[in-house]
Amino acid sequence: MRLTQGTFSFLPDLSDTQIGAQIEYCLRNGWAVSVEYTDDPHPRNTYWDMWGMPMFDLKDAAGVMAEVTACRHAFPDHYIKVNAFDSSHGWEALRLSFIVNRPKDEPGFALERQEGAGRQVRYTTRSYAADRPSGERYGAD
Amino acid sequence: MLARPASTLDIDALYSESRIGEMLEALERDLIGLAPVKRRVREIAALLLIEKLRRSVGLHAGPPPLHMSFTGNPGTGKTTVAMRMASILHGLGYVRKGQLVSVTRDDLVGQYIGHTAPKTKEVLKRAMGGVLFIDEAYYLYRPENERDYGQEAIEILLQVMENQRDDLVVIFAGYKDRMDRFFGSNPGMASRVAHHIDFPDYAEDELFAIAGLMLERMQYRLSDDAAAALHDYIALRKSRPQFANARSIRNALDRARLRQANRLFEARERGLSLEQLSLIEAGDIRASRVFGTEGEGQ
Amino acid sequence: MKHVTVPTDPRDRYRAGVMKYAEMGYWEPGYVPKDTDVLALFRITPQEGVDPQEAAAAVAGESSTATWTVVWTDRLTACEWYRAKAYKVEPVPGSTEQFFAYIAYDLDLFEPGSIANLTASIIGNVFGFKPLKALRLEDMRIPVAYVKTFPGPATGIVVERERLDKFGRPLLGATVKPKLGLSGKNYGRVVYEALKGGLDFTKDDENINSQPFMHWRDRFLYCMEAVNRAQAATGEIKGTYLNVTAATMEEMYERAEFAKELGSNIVMIDLVIGYTAIQSMAKWARGNDMILHLHRAGHSTYTRQKSHGVSFRVIAKWMRLAGVDHIHAGTVVGKLEGDPNSVQGFYNVLREDLNPVDLQRGIFFEQNWAGLRKCMPVASGGIHAGQMHQLLSYLGDDCILQFGGGTIGHPMGIAAGAAANRVALEAMVLARNEGRDIWNEGPQILVDASRHCQPLKAALDTWGDVTFNYASTDTPDYAVTPTAA
Repeated sequence: MRLTQGTFSFLPDLSDTQIGAQIEYCLRNGWAVSVEYTDDPHPRNTYWDMWGMPMFDLKDAAGVMAEVTACRHAFPDHYIKVNAFDSSHGWEALRLSFIVNRPKDEPGFALERQEGAGRQVRYTTRSYAADRPSGERYGAD
Repeated sequence: MLARPASTLDIDALYSESRIGEMLEALERDLIGLAPVKRRVREIAALLLIEKLRRSVGLHAGPPPLHMSFTGNPGTGKTTVAMRMASILHGLGYVRKGQLVSVTRDDLVGQYIGHTAPKTKEVLKRAMGGVLFIDEAYYLYRPENERDYGQEAIEILLQVMENQRDDLVVIFAGYKDRMDRFFGSNPGMASRVAHHIDFPDYAEDELFAIAGLMLERMQYRLSDDAAAALHDYIALRKSRPQFANARSIRNALDRARLRQANRLFEARERGLSLEQLSLIEAGDIRASRVFGTEGEGQ
Repeated sequence: MKHVTVPTDPRDRYRAGVMKYAEMGYWEPGYVPKDTDVLALFRITPQEGVDPQEAAAAVAGESSTATWTVVWTDRLTACEWYRAKAYKVEPVPGSTEQFFAYIAYDLDLFEPGSIANLTASIIGNVFGFKPLKALRLEDMRIPVAYVKTFPGPATGIVVERERLDKFGRPLLGATVKPKLGLSGKNYGRVVYEALKGGLDFTKDDENINSQPFMHWRDRFLYCMEAVNRAQAATGEIKGTYLNVTAATMEEMYERAEFAKELGSNIVMIDLVIGYTAIQSMAKWARGNDMILHLHRAGHSTYTRQKSHGVSFRVIAKWMRLAGVDHIHAGTVVGKLEGDPNSVQGFYNVLREDLNPVDLQRGIFFEQNWAGLRKCMPVASGGIHAGQMHQLLSYLGDDCILQFGGGTIGHPMGIAAGAAANRVALEAMVLARNEGRDIWNEGPQILVDASRHCQPLKAALDTWGDVTFNYASTDTPDYAVTPTAA
């Protein structure tokens, strides 16, 4: 399966040039850009690990790209995303978030069902990869 | 009309589009003195312009070296020229954004293990797309302490200067002799810095002209006596320790403003004309300590 | 305009009988509205021979304290305080028989936090008033003091995005088609295919409630199986608007509770349930962490004609106050009514912190929303992937684009239809962020994107040329003010 979280997951993986152009867009808007990674991409896993702090006051995408590259180097088989945070009043939330790295194999999720009364079903989404301890998922034997 | 070569390259277009001419003219106009510096800036600008033109027609000599060293005493205009240099580099497309990020050792080097790399990287990220100006760069290197974290900053800097030449330009600044020693003991650094510009001290008449420009911007003027006093002041101050060229002039003028204001305040019952509000008198300058103890308290 | 004299002696003013509304004090040309006044702008079409000032005063009177005759019991009240005041009348640009009447209402006239009470005054009896041929409520300014008595959207755009973990692009939805007749099991199939294919939401249509072909519990159960399956298949949060519209509040609460028990993140209601029922459901949604979707079924009966009714921008304001999270607000390019300027005005009303006066978009008053959460506008009805550049240019990022026919009618199937829409959208957002001129380059961007997406190619081949080019009936009337050169 292909995890389709993030703004551009239905497009072919973005090249570094394309990623840089999106980061430039974020910086033009005055947003702080950050890099996050995880090996637990459950749709409700809100808190991916932060690759350093959000980067404030940058003028150019090269600084963020250096962090993306470093993060990919450290976690080549993790999901990595670039987030852009808008601190302006009334938003104070992310404005853009897209995946810039994914594992070679994406085993996806199982849907577990627990049958209840009145035809009701309790659903649990479980990542196949998350069966293993963190750090030993996705291709690490 | 002059005959031009048959296949003229469009140097005029690049010249006007990059606004390089305007910037050089502004440099000539706005900065007093500094003739050798202006000449060097002009040479570098010419090199960059021609290199850009060569690249546009497929002539390659590798990316031109851009990192620089500005040496000279305090107050000789290094930061100002660095800002102009950032605009020139931006105008010609050698840096993408053109901002100048000015730092010293404290911004780059941490207090404990593991602190320096993130600090240096943070600064480098902010400078990406522009110019990183490191004032008194030699403080990064402290050979007397082999565990000094400055070495770590130097190594990170070197790496970025080498591998991300498209992303930023570094200008090292400081006293000439110390900078020479710094480069002497860091050959890796020295080999990556291509352009050295030495900023001479200002001559007395140049300092006087600078004072005139500063006063004009602050909307003050000197009485004839005050002008003479300022001439004397500059001659004396220049020979005293801690002389910092334009910066010392700036400080002297700020103190003269303070004395002028006090003088007007104390004499307020005599009334005040519009003229007096912007006039600096000889006494406002001669009260300076530079004139010796007999000058005090006037 | 005529000079009106208001009798100063109470004995003259309150003598039994009939007198002109203007003379009763409902016309006050010098009045400067207070910051706490509710302001309304009406488009009035007086009957032949009725003076526009008098008509405006009559509207002010009939929508506040007046009745057809003088009543002495007015004198038991601070009646001057309670009288609405028509303070400005001006001809509608380009019209001889219509006028814009500005009316101010004191805040004391209204019950805190009640749309029903507000509307009972402002659009109550007055709309049937005989001296007027037609009457339309064009815009309102709700003072901050009154805004603060409403809870507003339970979720709002920002929190909805955080909850769904979807940023930087419009959300995508589709209404399950055919509207009527599918069994629960077949209905859920459409939901599953559309969500798995790439949509964020699917939606019940406004008239899907609990009919012989599909009872509501059946629909809810199958839909939630589809949502959970699609979520596991994509790793993305998905949702389906379960329509809880029913005959009684009790029934609606029961359906909403069941939707919550099943783990749905959103429920849906129709505008026809009425303002009080909407506010009740908004309160329920707030108490149950549920996104509340509102389908504006029925609005065109009173919003569409320019001479009579209520502008949708006013309905949009009321619904933001009432506290819905989603509301259908027009597409510009689709099959349903919607002039670009008017529609952008509706979107701004729903999405901004402060609406400045913007006559071109039909905004007559500055409106400060005082921190009230933002409501997500929904574009739905006759739109398809080939219009993506226009939709994104007109409507921006914070909206939901709903392609019903444009998903389910796809020649390669529902999931392919959904994927085509998602690829078209992401490609367009990517290009826009890169600084490209999507308005002009849009068609080419879509063609380029379709090279790696066969479903998009099929969608463009099928619908690329479909447009709905009809003149809009509801366009803002404003005079272009010449500016100094």
